[in-house]
Amino acid sequence: MSGHKSKSDCAIVGSRLRKVDGRAKATGQARFTDDLTFPGMLHGKILRSPHPHARIVSVDTTAAEAMEGVWAVVTGREMPVPYGVIPWTPDETPLCVDRVRYIGDGVAAVAAVDEDTALEALNRIEVEYEELPAYLDPQEALAATGDENSPFIHPPRKEGWNGNITKKVHLDFGDVDGLMESSHVVVEGEYFFQGSTHAPMEPHCAIGLWESDGREAGGLSTAGGWTFPEKPGMGGEPGKHEGNAPSVRGKLTVWSSTQVPHYVHRELSRVLGLDPARVRVVQPPVGGAFGGKSEPFDLEFCVAALSMKTGRPVKILYTREELFYSHRGRHPFHMTYRTGASADGRLRSVDARIVLDGGAYASFGLVTTYYSGQLLTAPYHMPAYRFDSVRSYTNKPACGPKRGHGSVQPRFAFEVQLDKVAEALEMDPVELRRVNFMGENTRTVNELRVTSNGFLECLDAVEEASGWRERWRRLPLGRGLGVAGSCYISGTNYPVYPNEMPQSAVQIQIDRSGRVAVFSGASEIGQGVDSMVAYVAAEELGVPLDYVRVYAGDTDFTPVDLGAYSSRVTFMLGNACLDAARSLRRRVQDAVAEFWACRPRHVMLAGGWALYAPDTERKLPIREAFQLAEAAGGTLGATGWYNTPKDIHGEYRGGTIGASPAYSFTAHVAEVDVDVDTGFVTVVKIWIAHDCGRALNPVLVEGQMEGSAYMGAAEALMEEQIFKSDGQGREGLHNAPSLLDYKLPTSLDTPELESLIVESLDPEGPYGAKEAGEGPLHPSIPAIANAIHDAVGIRMDSLPFSPPRVWRAIQEAGGPGALSKPPAPTRPKQEEVAHATTRR
Amino acid sequence: MKILEVVNAGRTVSRRSFIKGVIAAGATASATSYLFRGPASAFAAPPAHGAVERLMSLNVNGQQRRVDVLPHETLAMTLRYKLGLPGTKLGCDRAECGACTVLLDGTVHYACSILTHQVRGREVLTIEGLEAPDGTLHPVQEAVVDEAGFQCAFCAPGFIMAMVGMLNQNPNPTREEAARALSGNLCRCGDYNKILNSAMRAVEYTQQRV
Repeated sequence: MSGHKSKSDCAIVGSRLRKVDGRAKATGQARFTDDLTFPGMLHGKILRSPHPHARIVSVDTTAAEAMEGVWAVVTGREMPVPYGVIPWTPDETPLCVDRVRYIGDGVAAVAAVDEDTALEALNRIEVEYEELPAYLDPQEALAATGDENSPFIHPPRKEGWNGNITKKVHLDFGDVDGLMESSHVVVEGEYFFQGSTHAPMEPHCAIGLWESDGREAGGLSTAGGWTFPEKPGMGGEPGKHEGNAPSVRGKLTVWSSTQVPHYVHRELSRVLGLDPARVRVVQPPVGGAFGGKSEPFDLEFCVAALSMKTGRPVKILYTREELFYSHRGRHPFHMTYRTGASADGRLRSVDARIVLDGGAYASFGLVTTYYSGQLLTAPYHMPAYRFDSVRSYTNKPACGPKRGHGSVQPRFAFEVQLDKVAEALEMDPVELRRVNFMGENTRTVNELRVTSNGFLECLDAVEEASGWRERWRRLPLGRGLGVAGSCYISGTNYPVYPNEMPQSAVQIQIDRSGRVAVFSGASEIGQGVDSMVAYVAAEELGVPLDYVRVYAGDTDFTPVDLGAYSSRVTFMLGNACLDAARSLRRRVQDAVAEFWACRPRHVMLAGGWALYAPDTERKLPIREAFQLAEAAGGTLGATGWYNTPKDIHGEYRGGTIGASPAYSFTAHVAEVDVDVDTGFVTVVKIWIAHDCGRALNPVLVEGQMEGSAYMGAAEALMEEQIFKSDGQGREGLHNAPSLLDYKLPTSLDTPELESLIVESLDPEGPYGAKEAGEGPLHPSIPAIANAIHDAVGIRMDSLPFSPPRVWRAIQEAGGPGALSKPPAPTRPKQEEVAHATTRR
Repeated sequence: MKILEVVNAGRTVSRRSFIKGVIAAGATASATSYLFRGPASAFAAPPAHGAVERLMSLNVNGQQRRVDVLPHETLAMTLRYKLGLPGTKLGCDRAECGACTVLLDGTVHYACSILTHQVRGREVLTIEGLEAPDGTLHPVQEAVVDEAGFQCAFCAPGFIMAMVGMLNQNPNPTREEAARALSGNLCRCGDYNKILNSAMRAVEYTQQRV
């Protein structure tokens, strides 16, 4: 659709611009949560479980409370209302009430004059535990019976259910078995995707400040003058208030390094029994999140509760070690795939069985379980598809959403399967992907609506840039190229709790000074959303970029936005900002047109001027144009909002999950070097082609593409969020909770990355834009796996491709001397291809 | 300026015995696991009395600052929480990430892993001290802004100080040398490409300004 302004018509959008917060961040002036301090502020610490699974018999806090310098202690039993970011699975409490479920689970929290005192107070809390059998392996957890020797981690939600299952999804589309049976080639494979964690550079931090109006509890008493409710507060549902909230007067403010201020707001209100109108959540700049700050965490409830108890501001800052335990990162997936294709390479049937290792709590797990299957159905046309996924609880830190939530793991398995299909059919794997391209404006087999689709251009771009045709299968032994593709959502059509309200909104105020103030609900987590809204507002209102100021992430000042997750922000907030800016632009155009006695459409706003389009010598400074509008129609403000289309999904249970207003598409080619003697894999380069619809600022899009590919390469080669088993030390203990032992790439380990932006101009995106933050992660992992195969002829079906694993695979293949490059395809005639079934 | 020994109540304490005393006092509290409640906190072993005078004068960003410093306090703690200079970030508090990188007498150090009492008499330079009084950015900062280097930028102050330190030692590095010089700092947004672009641009800007 060509409803969008073309590149040449845009003064700002599409240009390589600086970021609006660039200077503040380069000078150290940007204030992250832990940089904030308040008079009288106390410091909190959380006591954590040393057992992976145990009943809490008793908690005695008397000695801690008696310590000089300790102001308050809060325990799990005081805050018993369960919560969960997904409303259907509320299975956690801020601190454990009667059961700990992983090493590191919070049990009690202390507020004291400083961190040292708080730490010592933790030493003086006596907790009696009764240990229970722990499950580190999802298969063992799924086999539990619920009796004394094999207890469930959570009580079953229904009589007769397995309490170790968070969610089970079985969906099938088309004649899976029939089309598999009649396939020319069927490839079957087993895959394991290791878990990994976000490890943002900024540790989670929260500050709570309770301001009582003086008539009620709170105040300065530590003598148990505060009682939290046993039933949920009203959360987002006006009128359904329970608990003790009606008597509570005062205001709670929580500053937090979160990427979802709105969900934190909701759950604080629910759990603490506060009227949501009395809760304010402020989100300062966030130092990296990647999904790891996208739900409420124990520290946010604890700072709130401790501030309510003491009447003083309370800060809790996680240690680096605590980040590895709070986790919510990538689920380990055990996957089995069968892929059937016809002799010309066209997919016929795909059949998947997946076990998700979920850790101790549900987190976003219900959605993860759906995403493990729902997001695989593009960019390739598949006539039949089935997936059977089950998410198991285990006694490890809970897994959740990490960049490319739930779909990175199946994409790895599936794209390696495609490489194997191509090999079996003696086809070029780029060609195989081209043959299966689904096209634009179509529906997937699971009924997702796909509009713009630049996947073929992405394939062309990486094929060309990498010299694929000349180099694939022709590089010397040890050197190889691999290709993979993917798609990803630009936000979800349905919010995590059902409601009909807007998903994104902004408020813009302009005035006689020429200044444009944008109040944005979105969360700046480094992806550049504050810059993005400034570009859109400046483009539409014709002001220089430095006339725009963005105020964001404060639930008292800004309209509700659901948060920075699922790659929703550019698409949704960009549209909301366009909506508000265009309504203000029309008011300015009308006023100037009146003044010039011309048609409003002849008034252009650009570059700090209002211009008469037929003769641009006739112009007014934009400030004077705003003054005309302010005089004509009064104070200039507008709200703008975006809500997703709600009628474009499959009519089946779960059919709404995966539905997005637009999908991004990506193709990667990775080049690797494999040291056949040590198994050490070096990723030499990744070519990343990504269809982001329209690059509102190519610099920011490249940053997202490179950051995604970096993170994918890191998961492929280095990262492992793993825990000690009984024989290896303390069962359930994190193997390496530090940034030295948990390997992250440095400037020396990161491959060369080349970004190739593809613009398909989505009909519904702002200026045609779609997402860029998560999609480009997906193909890097299978592309590297496929490149290793091209280099040395071995298949790596388990992550990570670390030296010990690759070395072992080389030994199993007969050692370095036995390795050879896979043969180049000969493209034989169809009837000559043997009916091949391969299994590894 | 050259106070290499700590003077207290007429007694001279050597630097070496001072550090020993500090370690005994639990200076490593933040570096050890607190999940399992070891004898890690400062309370387990009270500081040796009279080991060191707490009130000290610190040369930070060209200014003499008087500050009360606990024996086991790290430079990062003092800068962030006592001197109002939170530009220096704490990402791990145990010498793993480099977010707290500052310059001591022009060379790169992790501020989380040096005690404030150890930097008496040395010149401390933090991110807040790079900008000229008239607002002119340091060439490295200007390069970072122009190249749109860094995304969340939590690691940026550390990287920027590491770049300044690198240019002090090697005013004309290659991209590979820059990658090596900056490998003690972690960026989780994976923005190394633009960070190295910024470093190379900074070399250019520095030479232009000479």
